[in-house]
Amino acid sequence: MNDASQTVSVVRAGLHKRRAAERRFRLAGAAAVAVAALFIAFLFTVIVKNGLPGLWQTRILLTVELPAAEFQGRGEAALKGANYRKMVRQSLLGLFPDATTRGERRAAAKLLSEGAPYQVRRAVLADPDLAGGALTLWLPAASSVDIFHKSGAGGGKLSDWQKQKVAQLQAAGRLRTVFHRGFFLNNDSRSPELAGIRGALAGTFYTLLVTLMLSFPVGVAAACYLEEFAPRNRWTDLAEISINNLAAVPSVVFGLLGLAVFINFFGLPRSVPLVGGLVLSLMTLPTIIIAARAALRSVPLSIRQAALGMGASKMQTLFHHVLPLSLPGILTGTIIGMAQALGESAPLLMTGMVAFLVNTPGGVLDPATVLPVQVFLWADSPERGFVEKTSAAILVLIGFLVAMNLLAVIIRAKFQKRW
Amino acid sequence: MPTVLLFAAVLAPVALGYFFGRRWALGAGGRRVPGHFGIFVGLCALLPGLAVLALWLALEERVVTAMAAAALPAGLAGLPAERLALVMNQVANIAAGTVAAQSEAMAAAAAHYRALGGYAQLLMPLAVAAAAAAGFMAGRRMLRADFAARSAVERIVLALFMVCSCAAILTTVGIVLSVLFETLRFFEKVSPAEFLFGLEWSPQTAIRQDQVGASGSFGAVPVFAGTLLITVIAMAVAAPLGLLSAVYLAEYAPRRVRAVAKPLLELLAGIPTVVYGFFAALTVAPLVRDGGAWLGLTAASESALAAGLVMGVMIIPFVSSLSDDVISAVPAALRDGSLGLGATRSETIRRVVLPAALPGIAGSLLLAVSRAIGETMIVVMAAGLAARLTANPLDAVTTVTVQIVTLLTGDQEFDSAKTLAAFALGLLLFLVTLIMNLIALFIVRRYRENYE
Repeated sequence: MNDASQTVSVVRAGLHKRRAAERRFRLAGAAAVAVAALFIAFLFTVIVKNGLPGLWQTRILLTVELPAAEFQGRGEAALKGANYRKMVRQSLLGLFPDATTRGERRAAAKLLSEGAPYQVRRAVLADPDLAGGALTLWLPAASSVDIFHKSGAGGGKLSDWQKQKVAQLQAAGRLRTVFHRGFFLNNDSRSPELAGIRGALAGTFYTLLVTLMLSFPVGVAAACYLEEFAPRNRWTDLAEISINNLAAVPSVVFGLLGLAVFINFFGLPRSVPLVGGLVLSLMTLPTIIIAARAALRSVPLSIRQAALGMGASKMQTLFHHVLPLSLPGILTGTIIGMAQALGESAPLLMTGMVAFLVNTPGGVLDPATVLPVQVFLWADSPERGFVEKTSAAILVLIGFLVAMNLLAVIIRAKFQKRW
Repeated sequence: MPTVLLFAAVLAPVALGYFFGRRWALGAGGRRVPGHFGIFVGLCALLPGLAVLALWLALEERVVTAMAAAALPAGLAGLPAERLALVMNQVANIAAGTVAAQSEAMAAAAAHYRALGGYAQLLMPLAVAAAAAAGFMAGRRMLRADFAARSAVERIVLALFMVCSCAAILTTVGIVLSVLFETLRFFEKVSPAEFLFGLEWSPQTAIRQDQVGASGSFGAVPVFAGTLLITVIAMAVAAPLGLLSAVYLAEYAPRRVRAVAKPLLELLAGIPTVVYGFFAALTVAPLVRDGGAWLGLTAASESALAAGLVMGVMIIPFVSSLSDDVISAVPAALRDGSLGLGATRSETIRRVVLPAALPGIAGSLLLAVSRAIGETMIVVMAAGLAARLTANPLDAVTTVTVQIVTLLTGDQEFDSAKTLAAFALGLLLFLVTLIMNLIALFIVRRYRENYE
């Protein structure tokens, strides 16, 4: 009796502390999850805040005088060879009569993008009648003006004089911000306001095409063999261990493989989607094999037995019944594997897909780069204007990833059977 | 569009073969399934075409180079092998238009090279189509009234399956061989002891032959130290956060919270690493630098801390999701026993569940460490290039993966110790991560068997 009451009092005495410890422990767990969630929120806020302005572009309304004297001679050559740079510059200076010194004139000329003359040239080539007259159009502003105008705050590189001129343009209604289609339609450029992701998108498309065409059939075939036909012996054990291990090998090591085998040994060209796709397909292969095996395994034995009992061969059982039933699972795994490949950049750096390219690749043997590598390249650029372009490219990349993962989720929810 | 042409060259004979086989079986009458005959002839056309295509892509460059080298004028053709390779490299560059020709002979060689390349491009679809046609004819010949088309097709498909299942083994072997060979060549130039134990790493300065210490700057210890430092920082973030969230999600979280929080954590693993790298360099590194300055410490603008912190967040899901599985797999009887004796939930978790799950948790931590060691983009973008032997997290350090990438990006000749060093680092990286992965997989599997 005495003993028992003593025990109770000891337990009671400690109870308060123990309950506090319990609460602390629980709180610590919830805090850990909250920290991770906060980090994600922070990351996305930074990227979106930096990236959304990158999809918009500041333009300046300018009436470009195209004096006939500049188009001496006749025909195409005169139109193509005319000095549009000078014409644009003259017209722009016309807006600022107070720019008298050399320095001021140069500062004024720098308000407009380097790409503006090309836009005028395109317009004139499209409509030769313009030569000799004048042309009023919205021309892209220089990157520093773009940043200054969109952020509204101290845009680093502009001088006070330039800021004053920008304010003047704005007051005159000659400044506006429009959706920047060029970001999707242009190739890479050294000038942030002209740079676009078209080349990178095309490169990504070809690279992933190669990856898909290699890793999907090979992965599914390997999974079918290992799951449905393979005898259990050393060889299949080895295959299993290699698959599990390859899934965890660092991606740079795959880059080394690609460099040593595909480029040095087989002599395939550097920087092409074919090599990038080959390397990525080796990386996604384990993902697809593992997912496909799980999907095949989930098809109940009774289906196989029924088919075999009706006289189907093992191959017919597989192709007519097991594969169609496991297809949703296989597709889900493939999409997730492709999403991984889409985000991968390290091995592609090493197979040379980091070149600065101003052309859109037209096939798997053209030099190309991919979206994540484009992000890497832009992130490395010193120009301030590339920060928002990098973030915007990341937004596009994440958009694709979200779409792919959603597709996987939908396929799983809609088509996958639970047995 | 040669790509389209190529597709046509491969696929047209296949389609033809399929329809031919079907027609034949239909025409021959009897109790056959015409589809099998079609597939048989189609496969007969497909396989040789694909084989020729793969071979052609693999060998074209070499054959063209050899043919162009054979056609070089006498003065150039007599060169020793390495010089010849250099000359041919230059010819290829001239042909690609990236370099201007220095001499008449080189220009001619480049023109010849380009012409050969053009022929090869033209010939490739033809060769593929010819191989496919040959396969088609061979398949057609085998068609007899008593031909067992289905079992033939099944044997071929099974053989294909078998070949595909070897792809993973081949990849592993390919990695080991390719890295090993280059590493052996590297060790001909730099002794392994010096590489593994040397304290000075400056491969960029060892380009010129006549340089003092040209071979004395491949001591990789500072690189290992940098990798270790960043990994330790990353694990200092990932291990507590990952484990606590795993415990919370497995033991405490209401179902609704779990349904949101688990995918959220896994989202961290789905974000491309280049995004983390950008974030680390753009946002976290300045924060660390300013924070350091505020505390009166000088932090490098590319500090190990920034890269490590971000990497730590990235590997949280690698710790949490596996640990979560492992904790959930601890039998309920253990928990019930402890709770029944009056322990609180946290006491149960700390004294019963976690010790029981320890092997699995250790496995998940090992996998996370191996991720951290092999992670590339974050450190390439946010950590430094200079190898420094330091334990100060505010200093800039470099890592194995950064060195591999910087030594191998851009154009370089393939025999310098500098590029070969990257392969030696790669071999080391592969071996270390391989051992960790194997141990982790072994532990996790053993653990699962224990409770199943």
